[in-house]
Amino acid sequence: MKLEFEVNGQPRTAEVNPWARLLDVLREDLRLTGTKEGCGEGECGACSVMLDGEVVNACIVAAGQCHGRRVVTVEGLATGEVLHAVQRALVACGGAQCGICTPGIAVCAAHVIDRKLVAGKPVAEARAAVRELLAGNICRCTGYQLIVDAVLVAVDEVGGS
Amino acid sequence: MTSETAYTRPRDLAEALAVRAAEPRWMVLAGGTDLMVSAIHKPVPTGILDLWRLPGFAAIADGEGGSLVIGAGATWLEIGRDARVAEAWSPLALAAREIGALQIQARGTLGGNVGTSSPVGDSLPALLALDAEIEVASVRGRRRVPYAAWCTGYRTTALAADELIVAAHLPRPAAGTHLAWRKVGTRRAQSISKVMGAAAVRVEGGVVADARIALGAVADRPIRIAAVEQAVRGLGPAAAAEAARAAMRGAIRPIDDIRSSASYRDTVAENLVARFFSGMI
Repeated sequence: MKLEFEVNGQPRTAEVNPWARLLDVLREDLRLTGTKEGCGEGECGACSVMLDGEVVNACIVAAGQCHGRRVVTVEGLATGEVLHAVQRALVACGGAQCGICTPGIAVCAAHVIDRKLVAGKPVAEARAAVRELLAGNICRCTGYQLIVDAVLVAVDEVGGS
Repeated sequence: MTSETAYTRPRDLAEALAVRAAEPRWMVLAGGTDLMVSAIHKPVPTGILDLWRLPGFAAIADGEGGSLVIGAGATWLEIGRDARVAEAWSPLALAAREIGALQIQARGTLGGNVGTSSPVGDSLPALLALDAEIEVASVRGRRRVPYAAWCTGYRTTALAADELIVAAHLPRPAAGTHLAWRKVGTRRAQSISKVMGAAAVRVEGGVVADARIALGAVADRPIRIAAVEQAVRGLGPAAAAEAARAAMRGAIRPIDDIRSSASYRDTVAENLVARFFSGMI
């Protein structure tokens, strides 16, 4: 089928089998290789992208289901040369190690921040909420502390309004 | 070379039912959190009937007699955030919030959990304890099946080849009903349950009038524990907790597998069921 959808604000098309994985269409057809494959079975969150405003695992979304819908990948988080607040915070706090889980974490955290899912909560509560909201993004370098620190820095910077 | 998979996104339920009747072998797909994973080990489907965001299919609406009707396409995120579910049907809200993590909750649907009816489907003990009925539709008409009669074995259901799951009907629990839900897994999020269960216990005059106790991951399908339900009738909460513990012995025969051992599941299930009653004190 001819898949027509919006990716990072741009209309895109690709000739795909509807049963193909969104992950492969993004990486192979559209050459958007920022989205990574980790487990390939919806467990690890490395391939997290936004689909119609919700965070999903692109490895378990059928491409046909994306026809006419909006996708945002890690490449779409920045505005021009200006990184999203959480991307800047991940850099500043050292919230990355080998980097495979990082794009998915950036996408999920950007969703958490932009949707104000933890804004306005007391620090301890916000930290617990961030850990729960990012529970589907697994880092096998096991460095969650600095990742959570970075998300909380970005939550503060963006604020609740 | 394999031929391309056919793909249909119906505009409404009537069109979906017509496609389902004409192409009973096509994969019925909603969020895909289950089917896309198991698909790795299966042949490419000849066709996809896509029910994701089918108009009206994800609605959560008030039903007759104070009941709640949850559309099959409602996601766990939508169910977990619904104030009515949280207030009166809390086991389902609690299950919704512990299914997978954010990414899975955004795509996984009630209809998917009911359609697969895996023994580890987290919502299923809640549906049993809440006495839910599953509504299905086909070009032949509609019918309702109590969840207790829905799952007929290991991942098999009462769904006919031309039917689609439309909704779950949840009757409003009677006044004085205590509700509980508990999941035990390797970690809190994104883990497949070792044991989980739900309870609806109606208390009248300080004693248990009737109880529905349901467990998952302890048999080939989600089950109610009749031995416990009978043993606790007429008892106060403390005595009911003890009677439930005694009745649990030998009531289930869980298996050893990669996620847990039979004896661990036995012990956890016993503690979990006893706590449904001691937690009411």
